[in-house]
Amino acid sequence: MKEPKLSLHYDIDGTDFLAAGSASSDTKRILKQSGIDARVIRNVAIAMYEGEINTVIHAGGGTADVNIYDDCIEIILTDHGPGIENVEQAMQEGFSTAPENVRALGFGAGMGLPNMKKYTDEMTVESEIGTGTVVTMKVNL
Amino acid sequence: MTEGIQHSVTLNTEKCKGCINCMKRCPTEAIRIRNGKAHIIEERCIDCGECIRICQNHAKKAVFDGFEQLSNYRYTIALPAPSLYGQFNHLEDIDLVLTGLKRIGFDDVFEVSRSAEVISDLTRKIFQREQLTRPCISSACPAIEKLIAVRFPNLCDNLLPILAPVEIAAKKARAAAIKQTGLKPEEIGIFFVSPCPAKVTSAKHPFGHTERLIDGVLSCSDVYLRLLNVMKDITVPEQLAASGLVGISWSFAGGESAALLKDKYLAADGIENAIKVLEEIEDDKLNHLDFVELSACPGGCVGGVLNVENPFVARARIQALRKFLPVSLNHFDPRNEDYSQYCWTTPVEYLPAFRLDEDTGKALEKLNMIEKITHTLPGLDCGLCGAPSCRAYAEDIVNGRITEERCVRQRDQNSPPTTR
Ligand SMILES: Nc1ncnc2c1ncn2[C@@H]1O[C@H](COP(=O)(O)OP(=O)(O)OP(=O)(O)O)[C@@H](O)[C@H]1O
Ligand code: SF4
Ligand SMILES: [Mg+2]
Repeated sequence: MKEPKLSLHYDIDGTDFLAAGSASSDTKRILKQSGIDARVIRNVAIAMYEGEINTVIHAGGGTADVNIYDDCIEIILTDHGPGIENVEQAMQEGFSTAPENVRALGFGAGMGLPNMKKYTDEMTVESEIGTGTVVTMKVNL
Repeated sequence: MTEGIQHSVTLNTEKCKGCINCMKRCPTEAIRIRNGKAHIIEERCIDCGECIRICQNHAKKAVFDGFEQLSNYRYTIALPAPSLYGQFNHLEDIDLVLTGLKRIGFDDVFEVSRSAEVISDLTRKIFQREQLTRPCISSACPAIEKLIAVRFPNLCDNLLPILAPVEIAAKKARAAAIKQTGLKPEEIGIFFVSPCPAKVTSAKHPFGHTERLIDGVLSCSDVYLRLLNVMKDITVPEQLAASGLVGISWSFAGGESAALLKDKYLAADGIENAIKVLEEIEDDKLNHLDFVELSACPGGCVGGVLNVENPFVARARIQALRKFLPVSLNHFDPRNEDYSQYCWTTPVEYLPAFRLDEDTGKALEKLNMIEKITHTLPGLDCGLCGAPSCRAYAEDIVNGRITEERCVRQRDQNSPPTTR
């Protein structure tokens, strides 16, 4: 693939739950200055938000990379958390292992991964128990 | 004022001391400090009045019309916003204010709250009949409309496509006056008594249509002082008030929503809160709501910067006034009224004030440069360079808005140590 036209990198702090979501909102703000279709930006922001929250809640933090190419926007979320035992199961609507304390805040409906798939054109989840998870998503331009 | 102006909010250069308060406060990063004075980037300003609210030196001001404009017309009508009623201490009768308006020079009055009631009724009926993009966002606050147009292009379609109460009031008042006096439309002067600069601007540059419905906009505080002089002498006011509690409740946050008699609504006030709500709507997080009412000012229109009274006091007074009022006196009558006269004729369109370049490729290049420059900056957002944040400074460099190095920290580090 060609060089991205613009790359953004974020460290997602797993200890600061209240700051979760700031990488995706910053990405949205920056993309809005580019003239890229507003609907594409919305899809990127929603999918990245869900991924970012997962990184904080389930994996203790990680990184997010956003690469803007001529024909697509790629979002890569990387963590070194516990990994996902059964990705297919995790992708199912309603499946969640979220602990009670985050459920109390309205998370844990098991809709994050399904929504990420819904709002993007391509999505892959690579995960290994004990090593971590890499979620790669693409939204076409 | 106002011929040719794009904005009501302007700067009094003499009073401006070049402090950074307004620049830091502006919700659209529309202010820079240049040569020791604040400077407004016109296309970004939404006339919310935040800078007027914060400036200790009263250097930011709203431009509006003067009373001398009344003499340009043979017949004049005052359109008071309901927030005006909250400015008076111990007011028990709205007719005192309305009679007062006639004593200070107007031939007639038409309360904006009357049209607000029509809109409430109409909106309820639309909700029953049509599928609007949900959540439907109130189109009553022009600062919010402008904010959506410059920052939230996705949400233009969510705006309720109905004229503002003052615009409908203007139409109705003019039509009634033509009938009553036999004068030509242009001989009648329609003057809005406004709580805010946003409505001054939107009278000149309306949303949703291109017609000039309002001839002049006066400031609530100007009118208030004149009214005080005459109201004390009124013993028997004329019976002029013709709206109920629904209409005057539009003056504070939540009033418009409550009148819809629905429970899936949200009402937020203050520009920062409104921005947060818009972000959530944009991210599909508020799809379960039917209606979202947003006011740029804290407390709603009672918090407008052209008022004299504290918004909480004003609201309490209006609530007390409501006690003696019927619920609603104005309705939309689908059998005898044409619905389209209340509707927008042109959609609100995206005003790309933040886009870095018309060409997306070039814009991305610029974003790349901005990222790089931002990383070299100290990240203090101190404002001493004249931009509201380090990133905004980087943007200004890339946009060519500034040419020389202004970052105080960088300058300190780069300059050779001086021996003195
Ligand atoms: N980065 C990750 N590391 C480890 N486990 C993960 C990660 N992301 C998702 N999971 C697992 O997959 C499950 C489903 O994720 P999903 O985002 O769909 O739902 P959720 O986060 O539990 O709830 P919601 O997203 O609706 O708030 C999670 O409960 C968790 O067990
Ligand atoms: S909330 Fe009301 S007073 Fe304030 S800017 Fe909006 S319309 Fe004007
Ligand atoms: Mg999730």
